[in-house]
Amino acid sequence: MKLNERSVAHYATCDSPADHAGFLRKRVERHHHHAHHHGTSYQRRWFVLKGNLLFYFEERESREPVGLVVLEGCTVELCEAAEEFAFAIRFDDAGARAYVLVADGQAAMEAWVKALSRASFDYMRLVVRELEKQLEEACKSLAACRKSPQRSSSSGRKRHLSNPALLPLQEKPTTLENGYSTWGSGGCVASGATCTDYDGGQMKPPPLPPRRRSGAGSTTGSPAPGLSPAMLESPASPEMICFSKLHNWYGQEIAVLRREWQERQKRGHP
Amino acid sequence: PRVPAVLKKRLVKLVVNFLFYFRTDEAEPIGALLLERCRITKEEENVFSISFIEEPERKYCFECATEEQCQEWVEALKRASYEFLRRSLIFYRNEIQKMTGKDPLEQYGISEEARFQLGAHRQ
Repeated sequence: MKLNERSVAHYATCDSPADHAGFLRKRVERHHHHAHHHGTSYQRRWFVLKGNLLFYFEERESREPVGLVVLEGCTVELCEAAEEFAFAIRFDDAGARAYVLVADGQAAMEAWVKALSRASFDYMRLVVRELEKQLEEACKSLAACRKSPQRSSSSGRKRHLSNPALLPLQEKPTTLENGYSTWGSGGCVASGATCTDYDGGQMKPPPLPPRRRSGAGSTTGSPAPGLSPAMLESPASPEMICFSKLHNWYGQEIAVLRREWQERQKRGHP
Repeated sequence: PRVPAVLKKRLVKLVVNFLFYFRTDEAEPIGALLLERCRITKEEENVFSISFIEEPERKYCFECATEEQCQEWVEALKRASYEFLRRSLIFYRNEIQKMTGKDPLEQYGISEEARFQLGAHRQ
């Protein structure tokens, strides 16, 4: 399966701040059955969490990740392993491999579990929708408050709404290109990239996230030539299989594993 | 005269911040695009393109059945990145805080997280 590998690697290593990073030991999942090898082994990797993507690198200074885990449709839980401070990322898709990771200590483990459990896109979307509603309600309260000063049903929030210059929120969408501009920065995110004509210095509302529509683009007999718009509802859907394919695809991991195994063979380890 | 690029018919699915594409008769995707740090551009009629910050001249072009569909895709894709969601969250949080004096993220227990701070992702 193809992936825009360069962009992905770039995203992993670019200077946008990571949501969490650190060394973890990752259990090696062996698919082959070595006749005399049934033990579990772990490899120390540098992990970087950005958004809903967990990247891991051979070394902290490595220029490219050797693996990628898409944190959708998964649960993060402490796990019963011989190792202390172990936790696992498990997927709703039964066919997908789980990731068993070991932290350096209790605090590190807790921080990782917390960060990873809230990393999914779905979670973010949920929170954003919720805040959107809250903002709408706050605007309505404000509007109502200004019309009728005797209004008593609202909470004490009104005391803060004393600024008469508070304008109603513009819902008109502004186009913020994905990753090209940040609010208030007035310029480009990446050096050397073409700048958008975005008006920096003032916070404008983002376009409202689209309401979920039920998927229309199934593979059964859809006559639409070219594209079928399909935004999918349920996280536990066949599309999760796409993500485990991505996990397995990241082939450099295999090359690294092979090299390490060969080195151990040379040193005479079992 | 320029030889036109080959257009292949594909089923395309947007799932969170990934755009998967399939051959129309297959269940498994042949490829995916991670939609972070990318630009969605409306090109000529029925056509839009996706390009990435580090390779702006390389465009992934898509032709839709109708102009309306094309607009739908452009809008959906512009909002498809995690970074976009993050910015929305920070924006709403800030607005709500200004209006009500309360931090709406407290109830989620995530108000202290660095990734949600105003200005967190400015360079």
